[in-house]
Amino acid sequence: MTIATALDRTLTAVPTELAHGRGGGGPAPKRIVVAYGFWIFILSDMVMFSALFAAYAVLSGNNAGGPTAPELFNLRNVFISTMCLLLSSYTCGIGVLSAEREQPTLFLVFAILTFALGAAFLFIEATEFAGMVAKGAGPWRSAFLSSFFTLVGTHGVHVASGLVALVYLMAQVRTHGLRPAVLRRLLCWSLFWHALDIVWVGVFTLVYLMGGH
Amino acid sequence: MLGRLSWSAIPFDEPLPLLSGAVVGVVILAILVAVTIKGWWPYLWREWLTSVDHKRIGVMYLALGLVMLLRGFSDAIMMRTQQAIAVGSAQGYLPPQHYDQVFSAHGTIMIFFVAMPLVIGLMNFAVPLQLGVRDVAFPVLNSVSLWLTATGALLINLSLVIGNFARTGWTAYPPLSELAFSPDVGVDYYLWSLQISGIGTLLTGINFVTTILKLRAPGMIYFRMPVFCWTALAANLLIVAAFPILTATFMMLLLDRYVGMHFFTNDAGGNQMMYVNLFWAWGHPEVYILILPAFGVFSEVVATFSGKGLFSYRSMVWATLAICVLSFMVWLHHFFTMGAGANVNAFFGIMSSIIAVPTGVKVFNWLFTMFRGRIVFQTPMLFAVGFIVTFVIGGLTGVLLAVPPVNFVLHNSAFLVAHFHNVIIGGVVFGALAGINYWFPKAFGFTLDERFGHASFWCWLIGFYLAFMPLYALGLMGMTRRLEHIPDPSWQPLLLVAEVGAIVIFCGILCQVAQLFVSIRTREQRRDLTGDPWNGRTLEWSTSSPPPAYNFAVLPKVETIDAFWQMKRTGRTPVAPAYEAIEMPRNSPAGFITAFFATVLGFSLIWHIWWLVILNFVAAVIVVLIAGWSIEREEEISAAEVAQMERAGRRPA
Amino acid sequence: MHNPERVFDDRTPGVEEHEPTASYLSYSVGLGLAIIATIASFIVAQTNLLWAPGIPVGLIVLALAQIGVHLVFFLHLGSGPDSTNNILALAFGVLIVFLVIAGSVWIIANLNSNLMPIPQ
Repeated sequence: MTIATALDRTLTAVPTELAHGRGGGGPAPKRIVVAYGFWIFILSDMVMFSALFAAYAVLSGNNAGGPTAPELFNLRNVFISTMCLLLSSYTCGIGVLSAEREQPTLFLVFAILTFALGAAFLFIEATEFAGMVAKGAGPWRSAFLSSFFTLVGTHGVHVASGLVALVYLMAQVRTHGLRPAVLRRLLCWSLFWHALDIVWVGVFTLVYLMGGH
Repeated sequence: MLGRLSWSAIPFDEPLPLLSGAVVGVVILAILVAVTIKGWWPYLWREWLTSVDHKRIGVMYLALGLVMLLRGFSDAIMMRTQQAIAVGSAQGYLPPQHYDQVFSAHGTIMIFFVAMPLVIGLMNFAVPLQLGVRDVAFPVLNSVSLWLTATGALLINLSLVIGNFARTGWTAYPPLSELAFSPDVGVDYYLWSLQISGIGTLLTGINFVTTILKLRAPGMIYFRMPVFCWTALAANLLIVAAFPILTATFMMLLLDRYVGMHFFTNDAGGNQMMYVNLFWAWGHPEVYILILPAFGVFSEVVATFSGKGLFSYRSMVWATLAICVLSFMVWLHHFFTMGAGANVNAFFGIMSSIIAVPTGVKVFNWLFTMFRGRIVFQTPMLFAVGFIVTFVIGGLTGVLLAVPPVNFVLHNSAFLVAHFHNVIIGGVVFGALAGINYWFPKAFGFTLDERFGHASFWCWLIGFYLAFMPLYALGLMGMTRRLEHIPDPSWQPLLLVAEVGAIVIFCGILCQVAQLFVSIRTREQRRDLTGDPWNGRTLEWSTSSPPPAYNFAVLPKVETIDAFWQMKRTGRTPVAPAYEAIEMPRNSPAGFITAFFATVLGFSLIWHIWWLVILNFVAAVIVVLIAGWSIEREEEISAAEVAQMERAGRRPA
Repeated sequence: MHNPERVFDDRTPGVEEHEPTASYLSYSVGLGLAIIATIASFIVAQTNLLWAPGIPVGLIVLALAQIGVHLVFFLHLGSGPDSTNNILALAFGVLIVFLVIAGSVWIIANLNSNLMPIPQ
């Protein structure tokens, strides 16, 4: 037995009862498996956003003689939409707490509030985009605008998909009740929603606040 | 009505694609007719197409990879032949417009639809069995991944007969891949095919990271996992980290092409180097995604066929994790020559050299495992030894290329082509073939014929060296890659040697096909009745061959590395009489249906059939919402059924 | 008596313990801190509160702080006895995000600086 193999053996010389505390407790319960898988998906989505952020960082100065960020960004509207999204994260969290405590009505109330706030966010963003296009500052005008519309637009598409999914889940809660499978999906959804707010922190800081002054 | 699709899309005036397309079409039709006549559809649908069993899905991935190997290889031999004869005044038989599509398709298919499916197929089959569990974390998602990959393969193959493929090389750099210079459907086929299969691969990454970290047999702490599972973990972490970059990059190029944006265009502020930068930020981790599972296969094979435990398990694990992290810090070495300054080039050059170190650790561990072992040269072990020699050479040329001044001479030369084929064939292909030969008996209940296995190995080995060693010399002599016509006649002798090599590899492929046929025909003589044909060390060998759908009637309790070896040495405990009911996921058509919608979506987007895009999208969303409504997705196998199956020893399905 | 099985009981972000008061409190405190950070960011960006060249740094610090608030108070990262897997996954993700963004910016800036000047 060499030093190397002796070292190898000591690392695994854990009595089986203690192995449970070292990740050796057998397959994890379904709720944890599903939530962890979704967490990994969220992280992969963050990497995708990072590529879009990188593209924006690199291309934000390339406005091809066209409109620039300070000319286009309305920081007051951005503040309002930011608050909407942040508050929707809060109502989402309270809604999930209600769901975990077997209070379907309370959950639905907060789910509707979350939907309304998320929809308000999207509405403000949509009007911003429409305004920019009307001014001739659409995504085809310059590389800066392409990267802006794509980064912010991708986030918006995620938010929109989240709202559609929320309606679907509300319907599932009404029909199936707050069963473990439904609760798992709600948890995943709330993970998604909080992650979108995290991305938005990056967006409003790096795109609007840094670019718009 | 049909977008830009018209009869002119079919290559009536180009005999090669037309004929090969016709032949493939006839073969597929014949298979479909035969299956219908024999009434196999219910069986196929129930047992394979809607299966969410990781073992079945793994086999289907491997089948996809091997079939696409034939397509990718025919591209290869077409290129070799063209280069062997189109010297001086001779023009060869492939016009440039075709040759460009051939090398683009060759690279794209080999990486995305041969190497990835082979590697993912092996991980699918073996990881849950080695971890001592019943299936992956998300079985239905696993099926979706497989079918999305198949969709990508289908789309790329359609480009041969309906329209054309990209002429940009497998990397599709702008501005050539932008609308201004590639206005036809070729680049769109490339982008949508890879975007769709990329989603499938990403889902696989999520699935396996979760499985390896959260689903293991009781007692299997991290440092008792088989090394193949460690390399699978590292590879899947890389998939999760790298594929989203590719998704974003292709999305940006698609937006340029479809909406007129300016990410990478020549005008309005686009920056083409950003594509190159992002592409390789994915591209380098991608090659480690391919090679790490192959390393894992060899760790298993070398240990098993040396009759010894792997030397220094712990350093193997740390080396694997080091490669995983370092692979994200080297990507600029794919474009040293593109104008970065000395600081940037030096940083990435040094990092590229450093990443060779953990690989060296692994090679020495394999060698020390073999030292004083009792080596048996079954086919997998032949591939392992061939790999060690061949991969080391390829790795050395890689470290050479990592030196920026050297790279300035050798970038995009035949030397580079030789290097990456050296490591991919010597590493990934040999690893896949070793893994297939190693786990085939477990999957199908009988071993593969050894003589044809040996023959295929020698053909692949000799063929590889004949085909690619000349390319190293040619690169140093000044030959660049992707040449449709050879300007310098002094290169021809070496190109002829390379052509011979390609033919020898072809013989290797023929031997593999023969191996399959012969093995099936004579399977009764090579039945694996014990479940352990190689005197293996890890848990998959404790099951019957093939294993029952649920893998283990009772999850094994793990106490050491090489859990099965330990079980054999201490005497296997008799099977516990108290079986419990086992919950298994139901089969699901979700994967197949997803593939259907994805194929129609891809095709209609490529050909600008907008009404079909919208219709398909709406239909897909509706189907997903309806299918997702159901909550109960599992069925139960009662304890009595389990007991009966265990008594029978081997369950056919 | 501290149950050893629970020592490494894997928890995932968002999966809370059933401790009602603590969790409502957690969300409310998180919201409050996030609102403060947001308002601070907007103020920093639009006034002379910070020395001008330091504004980007200030904004990044505030953004990272707010992301941290989200992770801890909304996603409950780090709570629960062992969230090692979750934090390791997050760390890996953060590393990749950093490498992609910082790496791309560094590389492209370097390439841009070596471009020939556009002929007038």
